Amino acid sequence: MTKVLMKGNEAIGEAAIRAGCLHFFGYPITPQSEVPEYLSKRLPEVGGQYVQAESEVAASNMIYGAAGVGMRVLTTSSSPGISLMAEALSYIACCELPVVVVNIMRCGPGLGGILPSQSDYFQATKGTAHGDFDIIVLAPSSVQEAVDLTIISFELAEKYRNPVMVIGDGMIGQMMEPVSFPDKEIGPPLDPGDWGLTGCKDRPRRIVNSLYLDPDLLYQQNIKLKEKFELIKQNELRFELYNCDEPYDLLLVGFGMMARICKTAIDQLKAEGLNVGLFRPITVNPFPYEACAEAIGRSKSVISVEMNMGQMIEDVRLANVEGKPVDFFGKTGGLIPAVEEVQDKVRESLAAMKK
Amino acid sequence: MKKIFAYSDGLTRKPTHYCPGCTHGVIHRLVGETLMELGLRERTVGVAPVGCSVLAYEYFNCDMFEASHGRAPAVATGAKRTRPNLCVFTYQGDGDLASIGMAEIVHAANRGEKFTSIFVNNAIYGMTGGQMAPTTMPNQRATTCPAGRDVNDAGYPIKVAELLATLTTPAFVARVSVHSPQETVKAKQVLRQAFEYQAEGRCYTFVEFLSTCPTNWGLSPRESDSWLEQEMLPYYSLGIKKRPEDFEGGPKWK
Ligand SMILES: Cc1ncc(C[n+]2csc(CCOP(=O)(O)OP(=O)(O)O)c2C)c(N)n1
Ligand code: SF4
Repeated sequence: MTKVLMKGNEAIGEAAIRAGCLHFFGYPITPQSEVPEYLSKRLPEVGGQYVQAESEVAASNMIYGAAGVGMRVLTTSSSPGISLMAEALSYIACCELPVVVVNIMRCGPGLGGILPSQSDYFQATKGTAHGDFDIIVLAPSSVQEAVDLTIISFELAEKYRNPVMVIGDGMIGQMMEPVSFPDKEIGPPLDPGDWGLTGCKDRPRRIVNSLYLDPDLLYQQNIKLKEKFELIKQNELRFELYNCDEPYDLLLVGFGMMARICKTAIDQLKAEGLNVGLFRPITVNPFPYEACAEAIGRSKSVISVEMNMGQMIEDVRLANVEGKPVDFFGKTGGLIPAVEEVQDKVRESLAAMKK
Repeated sequence: MKKIFAYSDGLTRKPTHYCPGCTHGVIHRLVGETLMELGLRERTVGVAPVGCSVLAYEYFNCDMFEASHGRAPAVATGAKRTRPNLCVFTYQGDGDLASIGMAEIVHAANRGEKFTSIFVNNAIYGMTGGQMAPTTMPNQRATTCPAGRDVNDAGYPIKVAELLATLTTPAFVARVSVHSPQETVKAKQVLRQAFEYQAEGRCYTFVEFLSTCPTNWGLSPRESDSWLEQEMLPYYSLGIKKRPEDFEGGPKWK
């Protein structure tokens, strides 16, 4: 496998193609516009198609249409655009269709700014849209991991017939790193199984629908979705432990690029003789509570480090079954917590523990 | 005995929930018959809207989507672009298509998506109980304009067929009515033409049907037909507003 130097957004586009996704519907927004730009050039080369939608509302309903006819499909956007996709995601989740959505997060609320943030954690993991449903959410912390998780996203979406979202902050989308792709050029097409609307020749007609006027039937569907997510919790949790082999007094919890900044801080602190662990959830929904609890259990205290005003910290608290002190460190608005700032926070915290 | 009238296999046998005298049912039948006559049913995917025809997926005897309010053209775009061999249609009311879904319909038409939209203009929001629609006639009463539509406040009713006909992209755009048997026969011919163009992969096709809503108009079915004829027809003129052939010799860009 040879490595190529690629911008995160373009690498995500290429990863989708390698996963066999030949259809993209989207709308430009900084800092993800390189995905549609890249795919508008690449997809026709591989017999696929790029469609520029009139809005994210339309783009997300186009992926509903494409997935409904049993085709593998991708859309990407950034925070304000993802808000507009909420409606369709709710419908797609209820109809149990496989789609992959990438959110290259920028800072908010409102129009916010175009700089990186992790401010859509709640939106992605808790309140994506109306109704009872969950989507699988994966958070890469390098361009290579963005590629790998994009490919895995299609597998998960199809295995569970559920929307999967990859959340990367603007940094992942914009930075260039060496990446390698699977050798296989393009994955095999999606099998529309017994659910895709392919025309009712030689079979009973099919319906893709989320309307249930009978409350008993809707409740059954709610239960079905819940049970499916329980299965996902059992099978698909992903996380990374960093510097947790030796005893540590303090555990940092961070996801995406923030975890990478934490790793650098941890490496340098080690030289000072301070041992700090890191727990990095890769599936942020479902959140790996048990693994996180175990990592917290071996620490005296924990700090949730995020590029927002404190969102994942709520999951860290849920994982904190032993009631250890939980602190937060983070910044947003487009400001990125520096390695030194993380280190200062760690030193301050460790010093307070000694008192 | 010679059979002169029968169920159309383009529709399921499920009794519809439409009110007595409502012409949604007539339009359903025209669509069902057309799919059968053109041999399209087995490769057709329809997209139902949100509105009185939300349950259309139970009535059309082909694969069906149920879309969110106004988004049927986007859903149809996703379906048709990725499986171009399918015959795809949307079936939408006037709140669905001309209000909340105006962006989706205009852009689908402008991209020249190769599907067919069936637009049911009954000048009111039927399903939610008779509120004003973008197509409600001047001075027509609705539950959200109890004194009648004030055009100084709400503007004039939108003529969607004419609006779409202004787009440069080649398309087939027509308005028909089903308030009388004669017009219904004509409407069927126009609808057939639309599906034929789609089957040829020719262009976007749009057929606006003037339709009745006796329940929310507060009229009997027969009075509704007359009201449509007297009040709607002079404003919403019938006919073909645009043909793909019009484009030939039209603007060309390098
Ligand atoms: C996002 C959203 N907004 C509002 C509604 C409520 N709603 C349901 S049907 C409808 C109007 C439908 O009217 P029309 O499209 O004219 O169809 P008709 O019922 O007259 O056939 C509205 C506003 C909804 N279901 N979803
Ligand atoms: S409310 Fe109006 S549009 Fe709806 S079914 Fe009844 S008559 Fe038809």
